[in-house]
Amino acid sequence: MKEIVIISGKGGTGKTSITASFAYLGGKDIVVADCDVDAADMHLLLEPDFKNSEDFYSGELAIINYEICINCGKCAEVCRFNAIQLNKGIHFIDPISCDGCGYCARVCPVEAITNEIQNVGKTYISNTKAGNIMVHARLGIGADNSGKLVAKVKNEAKRIATENTAEMIIADGSPGIGCPVVSSLSGADFVVLVTEASVSGLHDLKRVYELVKKFKIKAGCIINKYDINQMLSKEIEKFLIEENIVFISKLPYNEDFTKAMTIGKTIVEYENEELKTIVIDSWNKVKQILT
Amino acid sequence: MKIAIASGKGGTGKTTLATNLASYLSESEEIVLCDLDVEEPNSSLFIEGKLVHEEDKFKMIPEWIEDKCTLCGICQKVCNFHAVIQLGSQIMVFPELCHSCFACSELCPVSALPMKPKKIGRLKHLQTNNLSFVESKLDIGEEQAVPLISQTQKYVDKHFSDQVIKIFDSPPGTSCPVIEATKDADFVILVTEPTPFGLHDMKLAAETMKALKKNFGVVINRFGIGNDDVIDYCKKENLPILAKIANSRKIAELYSHGELIYKKVPEVKQQLKHIKNYILKLEEGGEI
Repeated sequence: MKEIVIISGKGGTGKTSITASFAYLGGKDIVVADCDVDAADMHLLLEPDFKNSEDFYSGELAIINYEICINCGKCAEVCRFNAIQLNKGIHFIDPISCDGCGYCARVCPVEAITNEIQNVGKTYISNTKAGNIMVHARLGIGADNSGKLVAKVKNEAKRIATENTAEMIIADGSPGIGCPVVSSLSGADFVVLVTEASVSGLHDLKRVYELVKKFKIKAGCIINKYDINQMLSKEIEKFLIEENIVFISKLPYNEDFTKAMTIGKTIVEYENEELKTIVIDSWNKVKQILT
Repeated sequence: MKIAIASGKGGTGKTTLATNLASYLSESEEIVLCDLDVEEPNSSLFIEGKLVHEEDKFKMIPEWIEDKCTLCGICQKVCNFHAVIQLGSQIMVFPELCHSCFACSELCPVSALPMKPKKIGRLKHLQTNNLSFVESKLDIGEEQAVPLISQTQKYVDKHFSDQVIKIFDSPPGTSCPVIEATKDADFVILVTEPTPFGLHDMKLAAETMKALKKNFGVVINRFGIGNDDVIDYCKKENLPILAKIANSRKIAELYSHGELIYKKVPEVKQQLKHIKNYILKLEEGGEI
């Protein structure tokens, strides 16, 4: 079983639309993992049934028991996150700033502080309209530990893929280069980088590829909106050659991309033969690379 | 005054709005633009200026001193992030897991884990006419954006007066980096696009801003494509729509070349003016 992760560095390059199309084309042979837990959108295209859900607990929050607290302020002295503030003579915890390190509880002389494990989200295992199983999640508002939630989504997808002897896992990653992206890359066999022909697209592609290189994972690239800046698109192609990244395909700027999404369809379900053909060819190319 | 520009979904036009708004406002007053999307900062691609200062940024991590260590195991026990692990007669520190809480270091009875700085990124400060620009870039492989975002804000606080309008380009999403980038803001602008993805992620961002008790408004980018659901949502939730930037291939092309849009598209300048007036009104009314 092979694992493909689709990332972009920059947001809004068409990553999710392309991942959902691949998922649609892969059908029951693949398991889908939406690892963009921070702003998960793939469910809007694949219509999962949210059949099984599970709460996700991770990280701690300090709670002061005021019946025991002697208001000595030792907790505030050691807190490096400015999460314990004095207001009208009483120390209180700011839950948004609290990092859950537990240092305050360890120095409290009267043991008035406890750490409570936090429910920071939910994971789901669903059947999609494409006939595949999809693992997805929702991170709670402002929650920490998105990297851990990504790991959970990926592990569940792996378990299901093994049980069902699926050929492949397709994972949609989040933008950026931080902990959720690092977490989504671990264990991947192939990375598809989706970029766009803009100065930001190239800049972010270079940074995210530096990260991929650290993991020594083979990568391929899809250039979206290549015709809004043909010179830059060529520059991206040159970069791909230099770095030995497989050039998968390039897609033109086309509003049908957005129109398909607006009616909840993947590109391969939409009446635009040009886009459809490119995406199907891209999928076949990715499958070929992996076999 | 601090204005944060955030979005939920990536690629909705945060950087476009931040750079164009900052440049436009700087035509009449002193402005600071700060790029807090430290994982993938793009504002500098649109702003030219003279480099006035740059510095490395660090986070503090413990360093094990074998000679002093008695292998009592306290450090491993107090670390909630599994960043300090005892393996036989060795203490291993995993810097990427460390949250710099100092617990292991300060609770070590023999001071065998002093905190040492570790480089996590680099800050740059550029200047052009009325516009000061500050950005930080996270080193590749560093997983935590929050410490760098926090230090970049501190740099801005230290170097510029409270009176100046400061615009912060925030990272996408709704988790800890966004909270860090918006929690001190007086006003937040959420940039979205009128599509199901845009609406879904804007709802998450709006809920986040409500949880932070922020005063916020919405800018709709690529207006004209998609459907009316974003507008209906804003009406229902009583969220002010500050501006609508039309969907246009020309704008996408200008953006792709790293150009500021309002200088070439008068309608965009007009929309920026709406935002400016809205902010000034809030300021006069003492709301922010």
